[in-house]
Amino acid sequence: MNSSKKNRLKDNAFKYFGIGCTTFGLAMLAIFIGNILIEGFARIDWDFITNFPSRNPDKAGILPALIGTLWIMGLTAIISIPLGISAAIYLEEYGKKSRLANVLEINISNLAGVPSIIYGLLGLEIFGRIMGMGGSLLAGASTLSLLILPIIIVSTREALKAVPKSIKEASFAMGASKWQTISYQLLPASFGGIITGIILALSRAVGETAPLIVIGALAYVPFVPSSPTDEFSVLPIQIFNWISRPQKGFAINAASAIIVLLMVTFVLNGIAMYLRNKWQKKVQW
Amino acid sequence: MRIIKIATLFVGSALMFSACGGSKDSKSEGNTDTENLVGEIKIDGSSTVYPISEAVAEEFKVGYPDVKVTIGLSGTGGGFKKFGRGETDINDASRPITKKEDSLCKASNITSLEMKVAFDGMAVVVNPQNTWVNDITVTELKKIWEPEAQGKIKFWNQIRPEWPKEEIHLFGAGVESGTYDYFTEAIVGKSHSSRGDYTASEDDNVLVQGISTDKLALGFFGIAYFEENKDKLKVVPVDDQNDENGKGPILPSIETVKNKTYSPLSRPLFIYVNSTAAKRKEVQAFVDFYLTNGGALSQEVGYISMTDEEYKAEKSKFDEFVKSLSK
Repeated sequence: MNSSKKNRLKDNAFKYFGIGCTTFGLAMLAIFIGNILIEGFARIDWDFITNFPSRNPDKAGILPALIGTLWIMGLTAIISIPLGISAAIYLEEYGKKSRLANVLEINISNLAGVPSIIYGLLGLEIFGRIMGMGGSLLAGASTLSLLILPIIIVSTREALKAVPKSIKEASFAMGASKWQTISYQLLPASFGGIITGIILALSRAVGETAPLIVIGALAYVPFVPSSPTDEFSVLPIQIFNWISRPQKGFAINAASAIIVLLMVTFVLNGIAMYLRNKWQKKVQW
Repeated sequence: MRIIKIATLFVGSALMFSACGGSKDSKSEGNTDTENLVGEIKIDGSSTVYPISEAVAEEFKVGYPDVKVTIGLSGTGGGFKKFGRGETDINDASRPITKKEDSLCKASNITSLEMKVAFDGMAVVVNPQNTWVNDITVTELKKIWEPEAQGKIKFWNQIRPEWPKEEIHLFGAGVESGTYDYFTEAIVGKSHSSRGDYTASEDDNVLVQGISTDKLALGFFGIAYFEENKDKLKVVPVDDQNDENGKGPILPSIETVKNKTYSPLSRPLFIYVNSTAAKRKEVQAFVDFYLTNGGALSQEVGYISMTDEEYKAEKSKFDEFVKSLSK
């Protein structure tokens, strides 16, 4: 067997290995979603969405948890997006290369890997107790913002890096200031990448349970939170609570709540895809 | 900027939803005529007691729509930490308060009152295909679960000679749960001490799944989980070898837990009320409501109610406590 044949064989082997891995992942996802859909789809109706939690699985609904999740998502976005993007712009465009910058850079990447419950403990002490927010939506959103800031910063920097240098240089050559270059050229050009990172980060925040339980998010909330200082519950906590109950009805409810949570993340990803495509058409060099 | 616009869109939709929810609330207000108490009651603590508190809060809301009752799931220990700092009004507990937790309360000038609200029975279960186990004694359970059994007690016939020489597979509550604390206290004699080589899960549904698919399994969990999965499990009557509270092996049931013959595997569940909170009218109304309706409601969510006399006793305990506070 000559070497080119051998290489082709290796090539093929790797191709089938790759196909195998992809199918495995997809099959697992399909089984999971299929199982959830079969179990929970029939339970979803308007009452399920608009009812409050109840001891009776047939009457129980997810309204406070769903609204809590939407609040948390919105507040987390408001807090983390400006902070994250500004920090990334500073680090990428203004910050000088120094030893301190290196240390900072490594640490930001490391922070992205810290277990979420640690952020919960931090949030409980700083936001909940020292700043006196208690178990409010604001405390929860601040904690989750800390959790996803590293992700936003890292992905925004990557997106900024991906903009061709020639664009930046051309802008400077036209006499634009640094800020003009960033706001008129760099940000629009990298918007697709930035928004993808943000949406992925927010999707992670929406699915978190542990840090929110630590800061004091609740399981039973008989009212809809109406301001950032209100106490709240979120869908993952509702699911966690239902799944551990003995009655079969609650397991079905949990499956239905999972479907709703999946829809929320799908909608979020859909928005991201739409925005990215729209922007990509706009930016043409 | 555009990004901010998108962000406000999210929040905007959240506000819109909440507005819809609000209007629904005000509708239910109309059909009540009880006194108009207003306020907030914060409950946290054990996830075991949670279903009872949830049921009570749900019914309480019908009569007192303006009192906002919220319930958390921090666990008995986590809940007591918040309770001791005065952050919550009531703590759900699946075991009595510890000395350490009590001193935390004292440090922040809180006295607490313990009230029993229901019983939880623990069922010892095996797979339905298990034909040999028809009863078990507490001594035998201790032999299986004590720390010294680790790696040694591996076969059924080591426990009772007439049982087959087949492996025994153990399933039980995770070490962080109050259920584990209670089981080890009752069976091994020392809380938080048992063998470590068993399948542990904090989620009883996982244990149900495990035992129902393993012929050689033996495990324990809350009676409600057995009641919901009767067709997949076989419950084992337990003999505490003490004839004073019922002779011979006894099956866990509402009756036997209530009249205390199913011993030692039944435990009381508690709520603790904070002395500062107990001065408030809405908290008094809530605790009263809890002790009046808690029995029927706990039965509904899978636990076992106490006798009427016991509830009355708890109630007068609470009344005394409130009286002593106003002095």
